[in-house]
Amino acid sequence: MMRHFGPLEAWFIITAVRWTLLLSAIAFIGGGLGGLLVALARTTAQRWLRTLAGGYIQIFQGTPLLMQLFLVFFGGNLIGSGLDPLTAAAVALTLNAAAFLGEIWRGCIQAIPPGQWEAATAIGLRPLQRMRHVILPQAGKIAIAPTVGFLVLLLKSTSLASIIGFVEITRAGQIINNVTFQPFPVFGLVAVIYFLLCWPLSFLSQRLERRFGTVSR
Amino acid sequence: MHYVFQFGDVWAAWRDLLWGAWLTIQLSAAAMLLGLLVAVLGALGKTMGPKPVRWTVDAYVELIRNTPFLVQLFLIFFGLPRAGIMLSANQAALLAMVVNVGAYATEIVRAGIENIHRGQIEAGLAIGLRPLQVFRYIVLFPALQTVYPALTSQFILLMLSSSVVSTISAQELTASANDLQARTFRSFEIYLVVTVLYLAMSLMFSAAFGGIHRAVFVRGRRA
Repeated sequence: MMRHFGPLEAWFIITAVRWTLLLSAIAFIGGGLGGLLVALARTTAQRWLRTLAGGYIQIFQGTPLLMQLFLVFFGGNLIGSGLDPLTAAAVALTLNAAAFLGEIWRGCIQAIPPGQWEAATAIGLRPLQRMRHVILPQAGKIAIAPTVGFLVLLLKSTSLASIIGFVEITRAGQIINNVTFQPFPVFGLVAVIYFLLCWPLSFLSQRLERRFGTVSR
Repeated sequence: MHYVFQFGDVWAAWRDLLWGAWLTIQLSAAAMLLGLLVAVLGALGKTMGPKPVRWTVDAYVELIRNTPFLVQLFLIFFGLPRAGIMLSANQAALLAMVVNVGAYATEIVRAGIENIHRGQIEAGLAIGLRPLQVFRYIVLFPALQTVYPALTSQFILLMLSSSVVSTISAQELTASANDLQARTFRSFEIYLVVTVLYLAMSLMFSAAFGGIHRAVFVRGRRA
């Protein structure tokens, strides 16, 4: 029996948005914390830390997110009973986001003119104080726009969690498409939902870039 | 925790995996070339076209950049046959990749074009070149040179995201890995090896783009 794509089916997809949002939120918060560590490690004076963080970024930016998802998902089996799709997707996206945010924020930290570093050192601040009171507040301002831009990328990336069976919007769309065989309205709706989530953020990111894009004078 | 790693099945299938990697390289290279063509046309339309053309390009870029590649792939693969356009999985994959990277690259090339000094364009028009000739001989080459790093890193991202097309059963590296996984159940070992292959391919593409840069731009400047 074939079902028609009606309000009930559309509602099934729409309510799956909360899982997309939850996954994005977890990955953004986790990735943000990890990203801060990666960015600080990338800009420290310790050479081995810089190399380590650089290798981390290279590996996560140089391999497909889908493979990272698979490795976490199937790797979960190695340490016992295995991971459920949400946990696996959250872990993989967090590790991935940490690499991307780390690289974005490294750029922002290094965009602060050397004079600021030297001035902070000259007034007797220790490295951590210099970072906290002088560099990060300024770097944070330039980081806002690209960070919002990355949030768009992250929201879209959560669609890959559907491949390991996590029911967010894309997987919900597949499930409905399998019973209705109406790909245009089904995936059209899925695309519209992503667009409504992402477009305002993209717009905001562009606006912020114009406002905070340059290093403050 | 008593897991014993067994890579034997993976090494035994090295031919299948290398073949899959080769298919990924072909698919990605084709999508990059066609995507660049779309981008140049899109950027031309966006910067020099009449208003309706500019709006169309804007809509295309915004729609693609704000929806996931996976959903675009499903719309093309499941949707187009409904409209009477039959595509094989690999054709659908290529089309989706071109449509996707074309939008990102359009924005990148447009930024490069807008970076060209107005005086250059005016000088071209002043010596009697027509707008399209100005675009071809004065604007395009320096614009591509400026945005080359951004463009090539977008292309590498495209190669990495091509692993997703295995979901519509297109043949490439991830699909080879999935086949092998279904035969041997050595999931972790297989995807670990395949991840390393992808890393090698992204380093390879990056080296190739460096070579192209030297051949096209550095030598061109000296001549």
